Amino acid sequence: MFGKLAAKLKPISLRNFWFDKYGRGLLLQFLVLLCVAGFLATISINAITNLQRAGLSSGFGFLADQAFFDINQRLIEFSSQSSFGRALVVGLLNTILVSSLGIIAATVIGFMAGILRLSNNWIASKIITVYVEVTRNVPLLLQIIFWWATLTSLPKVRESINFYNLFYFNNRGLRAPSPIFETSFLWLALSIIFGISLCIFLVVWARRRQHRSGKTFPSVSVGLTLVILIPTMVFQLLEQPVVWDTPQATRFNFRGGFNITPELLALWFALATYTGAFISEIVRAGILSVSTGQTEAAKSLGLRSSQIMRLIVIPQAFRVIIPPLTSQYLNLTKNSSLAIAIGYQDLVSIGGTILNQSGHALEVVAIWMVVYLSLSLGTSAFMNWYNKKMALVER
Amino acid sequence: MGSAKTNIRNSKTIRKTPPIASTGSIGWIRKNLFSSIPNTILTVISVYFLATIIPVAFDWAFISSQASGENRFSCSSSGACWAWIDQRWGQFLFGFYPESERWRPAVAFILLIPAILPWLIEDFFWQRYLRVFSIAYPVVATILLVGGAGLPEIPTDKFGGFMLNLIVGLSGIVLSLPIGVMLALGRRSKLPLIRYLCIGFIETVRGLPLIALLFVSNILLPIFLPTDVTLDSVVRVIIMVTAFAAAYIAEVIRGGLQAIPSGQYEAAQAMGLTYFNSMRLVILPQALRISIPGIVNTFIGLFKDTTLVIVIGLFDILGIANAMVSNPDWMGLSTETYVFVALFFFVVCFSMSRYSLWLERRLEKKGPHEW
Repeated sequence: MFGKLAAKLKPISLRNFWFDKYGRGLLLQFLVLLCVAGFLATISINAITNLQRAGLSSGFGFLADQAFFDINQRLIEFSSQSSFGRALVVGLLNTILVSSLGIIAATVIGFMAGILRLSNNWIASKIITVYVEVTRNVPLLLQIIFWWATLTSLPKVRESINFYNLFYFNNRGLRAPSPIFETSFLWLALSIIFGISLCIFLVVWARRRQHRSGKTFPSVSVGLTLVILIPTMVFQLLEQPVVWDTPQATRFNFRGGFNITPELLALWFALATYTGAFISEIVRAGILSVSTGQTEAAKSLGLRSSQIMRLIVIPQAFRVIIPPLTSQYLNLTKNSSLAIAIGYQDLVSIGGTILNQSGHALEVVAIWMVVYLSLSLGTSAFMNWYNKKMALVER
Repeated sequence: MGSAKTNIRNSKTIRKTPPIASTGSIGWIRKNLFSSIPNTILTVISVYFLATIIPVAFDWAFISSQASGENRFSCSSSGACWAWIDQRWGQFLFGFYPESERWRPAVAFILLIPAILPWLIEDFFWQRYLRVFSIAYPVVATILLVGGAGLPEIPTDKFGGFMLNLIVGLSGIVLSLPIGVMLALGRRSKLPLIRYLCIGFIETVRGLPLIALLFVSNILLPIFLPTDVTLDSVVRVIIMVTAFAAAYIAEVIRGGLQAIPSGQYEAAQAMGLTYFNSMRLVILPQALRISIPGIVNTFIGLFKDTTLVIVIGLFDILGIANAMVSNPDWMGLSTETYVFVALFFFVVCFSMSRYSLWLERRLEKKGPHEW
């Protein structure tokens, strides 16, 4: 490239340089580089002087320092004696917890709503339309705060709303029975895994056989029966592999079971319904994108309507659905940072606390960026891989 | 032809009415509500759902609600308590803007209508003059809101309520579009340095949640700016919201640019147009047109995101609502308050999305070659 460039620039004069595509491009980039470098230099000098003035050290050493705050919502042990680094891990786990719960629920809601909206049932599709329009046009933050305010204004612990003596709703959240696994549970788990792998094997075998010989096999129904039957039998053989620890009301609180905080519930519900509305639109667009010619062709081949859906429409719709769906998942994960408004302690919220306590703003922001950017780059890598795999192979 | 035996009928046929079961309202109901067993079940569930929800909600909001009173204790009815609206609507609209000066944002809002309509509707009356006016509008509105030119100055920390949402949202919309166009063009530039800078900016901003960016603006900007320079908090928020929306708009427009067939680029080059002119006259008008739905969606998102300013301590309409819900006079009226706030956003965002649909349909009708 440089040889080419040198040949082009032979008669060196300003005029030639300006009217040459390479030369001009080079000049423009050089100017931009100069501006960016100047900008970066200025802000770094400012940052250094400002940090020095404030007497702040930089570096990630502070992560080992003691955090003097508590975290209610935690998946791993944490106390006010733990370090800042551990606090960030707790926050990250909380972000992952609410995002994965939200993604599962939003997918279920979104697919159901998208299909219902396309159904020929007028009332159902209108109800879904209202749901989608209302949730999509109201800020998510408002919805989160609304649900949180509603959940925290539920009755006090002693007047909990009782569902079958198993679930209790009160202003401290939801109290639900928690499973206690006995040692014999291992056998049950193994039998579930065995059933599922048998089912997968069956489906693969049936598909291969059908490709080879054209003979069909009711692999789905037989497989499902196996998945349900084997663990049920094992469950009957074992003596109580799982015991449910049901919540018992005491004078001031509950004993047993586990508690889901109103923060997590509100955040989960709001994220799921909000993203579910967007997903339903994606699903609808995906199904509508499969041209009616495809359905008609499948019908004329004699496929049943369930087969048309499973073999013709869904694979083609998924090609349209998956890319925007992954970006919705990513949005949900980023939106989970709105947790800060209701005090659910996720990565951004705990980062904010640390940032206020220790003053290490640059480092905390760098950690946020690494976490969220690796999430989004990972997602876009998956999307590119999927697009390549699923791209329409044209003749 | 021999015999005259034909299949011709000599008598008139009796005109039969169509079967009731497939026409008219009964037919419609059969087809749309009871066409199959699952469909019927769905109908029954839906009707049951509506029958339980609607009367309760209607009763709560209107029939047994109360709309007057001093504080929450004077609300004795079982339904909603709307008494606070009368006392507090000024705060919900204008925040802590001094009461004697509230005509200024009101005038700015009224002037917004002639400034914005000639851009939304083609062949609007006095279009040319009004467009000139709308270019001057930001200056007029700033003077009205902040002060100067004879008006007393109002510090921006008095800004609040729905006014703040509109200010941040509209500034973000107006500023992010040109920046987004430039970023999209930069990302497709043949100059590697410019391309990578644009990719870096877009991906970084899109990768982070807006809340983290607002934190950055609150905490990092003072670090990066010279010690004696401070930025107004509303300006900071506008900068961050603009940067955030611009990155998303850049991606939407990039999609539009990619959809333009390469023949258009080549034809523009063959005509001898410079890069700037080929973009201005040939490529961008087509690319922007395809991207309109995506752009409007980004704007809707941007407007909803203006509520995030509460996280850095500004009092937009949601902030005012939060403050009111925790005020002892009106404590516990969260449902009423948040429903009221939601209405504001719903009206603005829903009309934006309807406008985008209307525009899309109109452009479809006009065909691809007319702008």
